[in-house]
Amino acid sequence: MTQWDRFLDTFFDAEVLARYAPDILAGVWVTVQLSILIVIVGIGLGAALAMLRAYRVRALSLLIVIFADVFRALPPLVLILIAFFGLPNAGIMLSSFLVLFLVLTLTLAAFAEEIVWAGLTSVDRGQWEAARSTGLGFTQALVWVALPQAVRLAIPPLTNRAIAITKMTALGTVIGVPDILNQATTAQSFSGNASPLMLAALAYVALFLPFVILARWLERRFAWKKV
Amino acid sequence: MDQLIDQFFNLEIMVAAWPTVRQGLWMTLLICLAVIPMGLAGGLIAAYAAVARARALRWAAIAFVDFFRAIPPLVLLIFVYAGLPFAGLQLSPFMAVVVAFFLNNSAYYGEIFRAGIQSVGTGQSEAARSTGLSAAQTQAYVVLPQAMRNVLPDLLSNTIEVIKLTSLASVVSLGEMLHAADLARSVTYNASPIVLAAGIYLVLLWPLVRIVSRFGRRMDA
Repeated sequence: MTQWDRFLDTFFDAEVLARYAPDILAGVWVTVQLSILIVIVGIGLGAALAMLRAYRVRALSLLIVIFADVFRALPPLVLILIAFFGLPNAGIMLSSFLVLFLVLTLTLAAFAEEIVWAGLTSVDRGQWEAARSTGLGFTQALVWVALPQAVRLAIPPLTNRAIAITKMTALGTVIGVPDILNQATTAQSFSGNASPLMLAALAYVALFLPFVILARWLERRFAWKKV
Repeated sequence: MDQLIDQFFNLEIMVAAWPTVRQGLWMTLLICLAVIPMGLAGGLIAAYAAVARARALRWAAIAFVDFFRAIPPLVLLIFVYAGLPFAGLQLSPFMAVVVAFFLNNSAYYGEIFRAGIQSVGTGQSEAARSTGLSAAQTQAYVVLPQAMRNVLPDLLSNTIEVIKLTSLASVVSLGEMLHAADLARSVTYNASPIVLAAGIYLVLLWPLVRIVSRFGRRMDA
C-alpha cells in the first residue's frame, strides 16, 4: 500500500464516509439552526442595548457596559461549563442546546453592543442637530438618522464577529449538543477512522467559507477612505 | 438564593480548589507565551505573502487565511489531536494545542497585518527606497511601524481572543486553568471552582477589554 492509499484510507474511507454522512448531515442542521438563532437574537439584543445606552441614563449605561465587558472578557467555554454543570444543582434545568444558545447569544450581544455603540458615537454631531432641528424627537433621530449610519460602519466588524461566534457552536460538543463536531467525534470512535472528522471539517468549511469571503468583500466595500 | 450562592460562590470550595486552579493558571500563561508570539510571526509571514508580487503566493496566502478562518478552532484542535494519530502522527496535548493554534492564530493575525500593511500608502515605501534603504529595511523601519500602529486595536482585540481560546485546551485534557477548575468541579459537584477561574480570566482580560473599547470606532474590522 502506498503512502497515498494509506492517507485516503485514513481520511477519506468511502465506506465510513457513506455510513456516517447522514449523522453528520443531521449535525449540520443543528449547527445551522443554532447559528441562525444566535445571529438574529444576539445582534438584535446587542443593537437594542447600544440604543438604550444612547439615552445616557447613567445607571443603565453602567449596567450595559458591565454586561458587555464581562461577556467579552470571559471565554465562552467557561460560561458554558458554569451554566451546564452549575445551574442544575441550583434547581435550574436547561438543555445543553439552550445553554449553548444562551451563552453564545449573550457573547455576540456583548460584542454587537460595543460595535453598534462605536458606530453610534462616530455619527457626526451635526447629523443629530440637523435631525432634531427638523422636529424629530430624540428617539426618532436615533432610529431614523443615527442608527442607519452606525449600522453601515458596523456591518464589516459585525460580520466578522458573528462568524467567529457562530463557529463556536462546536463548543456544544463538550456538553453533548449533537452538532457537526459531536456527530463526527462519535462516528470516529465507533469507526476507528478519521474520515468522519475530515468530513466534519469540510462541512464547516462549506458552511463558513462563503461568509468569510463575504466578510472580506464587505470590508473592502465599506472601507474607510485612506487619508 | 442560598442554593445559588452555595453552588456558584462557595468560598470554602474556592479556597480548597485554589492550588489546583493556580497550577492551571501557569499552564494557561505558558500556552499564551507559546502561541501568541508564534501566531504573530506566522501572521506576519501570511500577511507578506498576501501582498506579494507573485500572484500564486498571494492566492495561496488568502486561501490559507480564509480556510483557517472558516474552521472552528475546536474542530482544528480535535483534528490535530485525535485525527492525525490515525495517520501515524501522535502529538502530546501541548503540541496539539500549539500546532492548532498556530494555524488558527496565523490566519487571524495575518489578516490584521495585511490590512495594516495595505493601510500604509505606497508613497511611504517609495520615499524610503529613494533615500537608499533596502527593501527589507524599508519594511522594517518605515512600513511595519506605521502598519502596526494603524491596526493596534485589532491586534489587541485578537490577542484577547487568543487568550480566551486557550480554554479549549481543556478539551484535550491539557491541564490549563479551565481544565483544572473543571476537575475540581467534578470532585466537589459544585461550580464554584469554575467561577473562580472565570474571576481570574476577568482580572486578566477586563483591563485589555477596556483598552480596546477606548480605542473606539472600528475595533475589529
